[in-house]
Amino acid sequence: MQTTHARRYATNAVMTTLTAACAFFAVAVLVLILGYIAYRGLGAISFQFLIETPKPVGEGGGIGNAILGTLILLAMACVVGMPFGIATGIYLAEYGAGRFASLVRFLTDTLTGIPSILVGVFVYTIIVLPMKQFSAMAGGVALAVIMIPIVARTTEEMIRLVPASLREGALALGAPQWRVTTGVVLPAAASGIVTGAMLAVARVSGETAPLLFTAFGSRFFNVYLDQPMASLTVQIYNYAISPYDEWHAQAWAATLILMTLILVINITVRFFTRQKV
Amino acid sequence: MIEPRAAVPQAEQQQATAQAKVSVRELNFFYGAAQALFNISLDISERLVMAFIGPSGCGKSTFLRTLNRMNDTIPGTRATGEVLIDGEDIYAPGLNVVDLRRRVGMVFQKSNPFPKSIFDNVAYGLRINRLTTNKTELQDRVQQALEDAAIWSEVKDRLKASALGLSGGQQQRLCIARALAVRPEVLLMDEPASALDPIATQKIEELIVELKKQYTIVIVTHNMQQAARVSDVTAFFWLGKLIEVNATEKMFTNPNEKLTEDYITGRFG
Repeated sequence: MQTTHARRYATNAVMTTLTAACAFFAVAVLVLILGYIAYRGLGAISFQFLIETPKPVGEGGGIGNAILGTLILLAMACVVGMPFGIATGIYLAEYGAGRFASLVRFLTDTLTGIPSILVGVFVYTIIVLPMKQFSAMAGGVALAVIMIPIVARTTEEMIRLVPASLREGALALGAPQWRVTTGVVLPAAASGIVTGAMLAVARVSGETAPLLFTAFGSRFFNVYLDQPMASLTVQIYNYAISPYDEWHAQAWAATLILMTLILVINITVRFFTRQKV
Repeated sequence: MIEPRAAVPQAEQQQATAQAKVSVRELNFFYGAAQALFNISLDISERLVMAFIGPSGCGKSTFLRTLNRMNDTIPGTRATGEVLIDGEDIYAPGLNVVDLRRRVGMVFQKSNPFPKSIFDNVAYGLRINRLTTNKTELQDRVQQALEDAAIWSEVKDRLKASALGLSGGQQQRLCIARALAVRPEVLLMDEPASALDPIATQKIEELIVELKKQYTIVIVTHNMQQAARVSDVTAFFWLGKLIEVNATEKMFTNPNEKLTEDYITGRFG
């Protein structure tokens, strides 16, 4: 009796310590990454750095065009990708019972796992080659293609979490199916869908490979969607593989800016879509 | 102690003259290959409360849900036979199910308020069915429904607050108000008080007795005292079959069937 208790207490203590240690380790890695980026990046950040275009080595320059480019590319990816993704998720959750739905589900799962560079090559083939030009549009579409399956599956999962009793309650009041979906199910699942969408945005905002063949990069401020466009990730990549210390420092700074940008987008969206009731 | 009711002779008379609001003829119901209801024929009279009793799994909830075709939402289900409401077969091809469900309201076992404000919950049915033409009318109908469901005094100062902040009993009365707001002709209640404490249950029961002045009410209950307290007519289901329908007072004092007596006196189930 006494020994059983002692053993249970000991096991409990060991397991609690183990899980806590693992949790600490997981968080520590994240904190280390963030801390190191801040440590290396903060030095190169100035107001000029945020608004200027890149300049040759030794003359300073900034990432203003890349910040703008990343925002435009992300916005385009959202405009193209979100409706497809969310609509697919709604279809799968609310109407998807047959073979077609299983097929769609299987394909979205496969698409989620596709290396992003393949998406870049694909969009290069269908948009860049016919247009004979790298363009922001191609970059936005490439990011959207990566986004769609992620948004679709998280939307489906979130909608499935809405209890059937809510649907029945609305149906019992004489609501047609589509009004149940739009008026009751989607609002109930909204915060989950937003979380999924934000994860997708965060995921694609870090993508470099699909942009190399599509938006390509640019040294100038550009808002035209049929022109090549700069982005933070491509800029970071180009600076990081360069042999110059100044550009290395700028790459760190740009990384810090990219992280901050994602954080700000995330907080802003959450603030505006927070559960009001 | 069951008090004699004036309504009972009226019930018998109405059934005899076939003035039934809902008339079910030889209804069979299947979940896939499994048959859940066998050859049910039953008349439900207007402005009375009919209670369905029977052991778990006897089909009373399934039967209730055939009356507004709520089972349609479960894949693989099938019904044969007729369910006539005001003489119209609700299983006829081409019938508008959405319209049917507006006429036949439902309150569920577990309260299911929408994650919206108290006001918006009650207004939901009015809005989707476009039953009101202006804001004042909408507010009046919402207030009327909340008053009818005996919850107005408790929520009138916080109509904009979330419905999810209400207690369990209040949530259930809110769901009743939500169902009443669209003024259904028939109100189906699937064990509406089974998750509530005795005080909340009593409120719901008083409400049912009050509501039958305007509505035809069908209530499924596990609680036989509840059936005896609130209903005028009781139907006993057993293994998917309708064993006996009788005036509640007669059902609980001198049922026709031996099986009914055994169940009511607690010999099984």
